[in-house]
Amino acid sequence: MMRAAKTALRWWPLAILALAVLAAVFAPWLAPYDPNQQNLLGRLRPPGTTSRSFHYLLGSDELGRDLLSRAIHGARVSLVVAFASVVLSGTLGTALGMIAAYRRGWIEMIVMRVVDVFLSIPAVLLAIITVAVLGPSLLNVILVLALTRWPRYARVAYGQTLSVVNMPYVKLAALMGAGAWRILLRHILPNIVGAVSVVATLEFGLMILFEAGLSFLGLGVQPPTASWGAMLSTGRNYVSTAWWVATLPGFCLFVLVLAVNLTGDAVRDRLDPRLR
Amino acid sequence: MPGFLLRRLGQAGVTILGVVTLIFFVQRLTGDPTYLLVPETATQADIDALRTALGFDRPLFVQYLDFLAELLRFDLGQSVVQRVPVTTIIASRMPYTLMLAAGALVVACGIGIPIGVLLALYRETLLAKFAAGLVLSAQSMPTFWSGILMILVFSVLLGWLPPSSTGGFSNLIMPSVALGLLSMATFARITRAALLDELSKDYARTARSRGVGTGRMLFRHLARNASIPLITVAALEISNLLAGAVIVETVFAWPGLGQVTVQAILARDFMIVQGVVLLGAFVTVFLNLLSDILYSVVDPRIVLEKAR
Repeated sequence: MMRAAKTALRWWPLAILALAVLAAVFAPWLAPYDPNQQNLLGRLRPPGTTSRSFHYLLGSDELGRDLLSRAIHGARVSLVVAFASVVLSGTLGTALGMIAAYRRGWIEMIVMRVVDVFLSIPAVLLAIITVAVLGPSLLNVILVLALTRWPRYARVAYGQTLSVVNMPYVKLAALMGAGAWRILLRHILPNIVGAVSVVATLEFGLMILFEAGLSFLGLGVQPPTASWGAMLSTGRNYVSTAWWVATLPGFCLFVLVLAVNLTGDAVRDRLDPRLR
Repeated sequence: MPGFLLRRLGQAGVTILGVVTLIFFVQRLTGDPTYLLVPETATQADIDALRTALGFDRPLFVQYLDFLAELLRFDLGQSVVQRVPVTTIIASRMPYTLMLAAGALVVACGIGIPIGVLLALYRETLLAKFAAGLVLSAQSMPTFWSGILMILVFSVLLGWLPPSSTGGFSNLIMPSVALGLLSMATFARITRAALLDELSKDYARTARSRGVGTGRMLFRHLARNASIPLITVAALEISNLLAGAVIVETVFAWPGLGQVTVQAILARDFMIVQGVVLLGAFVTVFLNLLSDILYSVVDPRIVLEKAR
């Protein structure tokens, strides 16, 4: 019995993640109402109240929209942005880092200098100025996060590649006539993918927070699309009169990022026992 | 030592040049930066006039050189909306952000480092387990949510602290805690890792076996060695705090650089945004340089001549 409870405790982060993914994928079917449907007579109703045809399980916002429905739809934005930006920046950064370490010479110098430059601009500021230039939208947020976060992966992939590139089996593969691409993809990549995925799990949680931060500042997904960061931003204006508007999206963000970080820790322990 | 310093300075210079170049081109991602500066109601004549006034009609390379020359004179341009030099605006807001960052750093180090020590030296205690939970929560808590929650609890419900703006010490408490929490988690993690690392070394084991007490052990034997990774993190965290101030200042209506940046974005006053971003990057490069130099002060074994 105790054991079952302990197992359940250990797996709750994954359960939360699964729940968030389910909410994101099946949002239109799971949400009790249309997230953008307004009900001006039922504005800022506390949780558990009813107004006209609405039953606000978790309350309503300043336009009478159902907060539960908006929170479920908000999971979509968070997960799509985090997933897409991690995949894009991870691929770009890993590729550049590997090539820099494998080719050396001027390619190495240019790539690693550019990495230094990117890492010396505070990421939030770089993201803010770029979104402000490109204009806020879902796609632009993803692109900006991908373009500002790749150096993290590049640095890790570079270091890891340097440490395996001189291994006898890599040299042997080269001697046997394997081309650069084959060596990079078949012999080096499998050896560095663990370290890169450790970075990716850390970044995933951060990207959820970045998206919410940009939306909070009005630089993310545009209204009326439901995003937790934007919901928090409006909720801030009603913090003294309607506490539930800001509390719910913040809680969703907190629990999801906590679950991602805990899962990330577990992944790290599995992949790299030295970091434990 | 001078050789290293010069080389390291040169590196910092190259990085700064790269940063400036990146910022210059980011603003031209959509082609003509004039459109970033004009309100949506501007007529074509207005746009053309502004383009000529700001020199955006000249060849890109000329604009770039001009941009560099202005920066060398510490000229960040003029706010298009307020018609005031950007450096003046930054200078007037800077003290508030510095105050906030200092407060946050006090929170981050003051809570984070003791928690890290606790997690390393007394890890089996109940208190340490509670602290570990606190660190994990702080790491996952968006600053804007913790800020709003604090306003809800301490201003709205309890009425203990003012919800926003400046005035006295009490106004600084909540923004500092909100901004410092994330860094607190980082300091705690790094302190713990560094101490555990040092504890596993021979000198620490010898000291233990000689019967050196925990307090003396910590302050006389471990502190100096374990502080090296902390210096690197502190340098990174200070620049993170400056960036995090953008959101915290918005939550608490704190009149610092972050708030002025967000207002500038909404007002399409790009020169200010550019100025703040450049400043943030300069500070980061400078702090990294400083932390490299500090290493040798803390640990004489790191000879700067040989360091890279």
